[in-house]
Amino acid sequence: MGDYTVLIISSILINNIVLAQYLGICPFIGTSKKMETATGMAGAVVFVMTLAAIITWTIDTYFLKTLDIEFLRTIAFILVIASLVQFVEMFLKKSIPALYAGLGIFLPLITTNCAVMGVCLINIKEEYNFLQALTSSISYAIGFGLALVLFAGVRERVILGRVPRPLQDTSIGLVTAGMLALAFIGFRGLV
Amino acid sequence: MIEAILFTLGLGGVCGVALSVASKVFYVYEDPRIAKIEGLLAGANCGGCGYAGCSSAAVAVVNGDAPPNVCILVGPENVSAIAAIMGSEAGTAEPLKSYNNCQGGHRATDRFVYQGLNQCSAVSALYGGKRDCHIGCLGYGDCVNACKFDALCIGPNGYPIVDKDKCVGCGACERVCPKSIIEVRTMSQRLLHLNTEDDALAPCQQTCPAEIDIPRYITHIREGQYDSAVDTIRERNPLLLACGRVCPHPCEEYCRRSIEDTESVSINQLKRFAADVEMNSGKRLPISKAPDTGKRVAVVGGGPAGLSCAYFLRRVGHDVTIFEAMPKLGGMLRYGIPEYRLPKAVLDWEIESILNLGIDHHTNVKMGLDFDLGSLVGGGFDAIFMGVGAWKDYKLKIPGEDLSGCFTGINFLSALGNQENVDIGKRAAVIGGGNTAIDCVRTLIRMGVEKVYLVYRRTRKEMPANDVEIVAAEHEGVEFVFLAAPNKVIEDENGSVAGLEYLQMELGEPDASGRRRPVPVEGSETVLEVDTIITAIGQSPDTAFRTPGTRMEELNLTRWDTIDVNPDTCQSNVPYIFAAGDGATGPALVVDAIGGGRRAARGIDLFLKGKPVTAQNRALLSQRHIPESIFSSVPGIGTSKRKPMPELPVQERIHSFIEADLVLAEPDALEEAGRCLNCCRLCYNPDNPKNAA
Repeated sequence: MGDYTVLIISSILINNIVLAQYLGICPFIGTSKKMETATGMAGAVVFVMTLAAIITWTIDTYFLKTLDIEFLRTIAFILVIASLVQFVEMFLKKSIPALYAGLGIFLPLITTNCAVMGVCLINIKEEYNFLQALTSSISYAIGFGLALVLFAGVRERVILGRVPRPLQDTSIGLVTAGMLALAFIGFRGLV
Repeated sequence: MIEAILFTLGLGGVCGVALSVASKVFYVYEDPRIAKIEGLLAGANCGGCGYAGCSSAAVAVVNGDAPPNVCILVGPENVSAIAAIMGSEAGTAEPLKSYNNCQGGHRATDRFVYQGLNQCSAVSALYGGKRDCHIGCLGYGDCVNACKFDALCIGPNGYPIVDKDKCVGCGACERVCPKSIIEVRTMSQRLLHLNTEDDALAPCQQTCPAEIDIPRYITHIREGQYDSAVDTIRERNPLLLACGRVCPHPCEEYCRRSIEDTESVSINQLKRFAADVEMNSGKRLPISKAPDTGKRVAVVGGGPAGLSCAYFLRRVGHDVTIFEAMPKLGGMLRYGIPEYRLPKAVLDWEIESILNLGIDHHTNVKMGLDFDLGSLVGGGFDAIFMGVGAWKDYKLKIPGEDLSGCFTGINFLSALGNQENVDIGKRAAVIGGGNTAIDCVRTLIRMGVEKVYLVYRRTRKEMPANDVEIVAAEHEGVEFVFLAAPNKVIEDENGSVAGLEYLQMELGEPDASGRRRPVPVEGSETVLEVDTIITAIGQSPDTAFRTPGTRMEELNLTRWDTIDVNPDTCQSNVPYIFAAGDGATGPALVVDAIGGGRRAARGIDLFLKGKPVTAQNRALLSQRHIPESIFSSVPGIGTSKRKPMPELPVQERIHSFIEADLVLAEPDALEEAGRCLNCCRLCYNPDNPKNAA
């Protein structure tokens, strides 16, 4: 049990996928201008990342490792994740229209999100078992959501400040993200 | 190696099969036209159309929210191809244009000094912006930056100016404006917009029952742009010549200048001035209208409410036919208002302008006699507007009121309006204190009657007629008999009127209307020796249109016989029947009927488009004022004399029906327009800016 607590805390805070591992920066910058968009995106990422981790872990363990063709891992994961997101999008549109209305427009954006791919590959690299892989991917997704929501809150405030013209918008956003990452270094000693 | 190839093929196959099965199983029906139209759009996903990419634009075209020419990059061939898919003509949807609603800009006062980011969104996030006026333009030009077509710039006065030729109506400016100052609307949407609590409105504009943008047209007059002034008035009132003559101008009561200065701006005279300039030029200004919608509306009654409703419906693209019971259109304007106040030639000219929009009309046909509800519905009309007016005079209920020599006000005036000969005597008494009574006495004077009495049961203070009219009647020699209640009509040996006996009254306790109730004095019977008596004590609608055994019988009436409608939408309990004007409100002002006609046009438009017929959110309906816009003092205002309305001399006017009130001369009109403070909700142009707070 203690192992899982450590895994959750380290995935969310210490090894935060965005602020410590610098993955998924594109949606992090792109969807953080408004809190509303940010929370929608965070929900979509939790959903997709969990599903993707389950499928890719299964494929890796039962096909790639048994057939000894691990060199195909990257291409197989890309194909699987892309198809999965498309599939989920169609499924939601038909079966759960309410959820689709909330997450739908973000799903295509995550099709090729490197954070999703990154988490799947980390799960394999760390040689997690299925439950560990599931826990870590959910935690990483929550960490992504946390970073995104924090960042969106800061950016909504930054607009009130006197930002020099060359630094406005994305530039100041990147500076802010850097400071947020520095703040997250403070979690290093936690575990 | 073989395993690797087989695995890759297998995985690809599984994914492919899973997706194709999913697309079959989880198929959601989508209009096939969406895909076709998307294929014809540019595919640039630029957002220039105002939709989130080409597929959303295609959805909007199929839903009818966007025109076939929605995409600015698509050439004419593809536009007509899209139109063909939609089964409509190319360019059928009305173009959207951006409008700026704030005229304040730098003129508005600031609450604090702001030194933050030069963006409207930033300043508005700080206590809603630095301006005192919480709806006004902040002036940092987010809209200018948002416009991809270079159609906006911040003008010298600190608010954005729209270049109508460059604007494509994409809506980018409206989306970024934190104050809803920039609005992207079609002409139809603007024509049918009702004043709301959130609009930038001057006190006069809030008061006007027709909701005319008064400061804007006066500004046009001041700048010598009389055509623009007429266009601005026509956005709210198609009967500007008539209103300019007969309107009792409730707007002037709320003129901010009158708070400090001795007199308000002569708003109505300026309207008449602009309208007369157009008429005297002999050239009709073009009136724009939206593309045809193919819906048909029958307008029953060609009075001010019917004409107004028909005019607005036609301008937003519906096909309108007017049915009128009298020989000519105009209703009370023609048959209730005498020639000396509104010459028939002027009215004819004005009605022709409205009919020139392409409105069909039939006269001498009365609902319930010549046609009925069934023939209208069967005739293919999608909605019916009832502007039947209030043409039935109340009876006095005293003995002898049916003798020869007794008339009712509306019968008398409409017979004259119809150019019939009315046999009147030498001495006449008119009973009543309203505008109809005044019209009757002033008409009688002009017909050469030697002695004209006006008999009213209260005092002059309580007379509902316009003060200007009462004063004019006094000047023309009418004798007022106040506090007199008619008791009976005295008959002579030929069965004609010989006199009117009345009881003297005195004022008692105030009644429900706040006016002191007259109480008769015992034994005070007095006789006025007259040979003609006209009763003008109020009117109600003639309900002959309610043909028995039809749905008309289901139409709810109020206890005053008026049609019971929702005052916001003018819809009756029969969903496709709408009503406004005197027939729905009881006798009221011409300008009330015009405003009602427009509200009804809005309701009918919603009904015809299949949208819910609901009241506009937070509408003012000319009955409420925005509290913060009503001031008790107006700093920086000097005194200036109002330009008096020129009139014919009394001796000249009482012998003829020539128009008694004359139009302002151009220099006087320009000077009067200069007295306007060009108010908005909070800000205005003071006479002397240094003295202003």
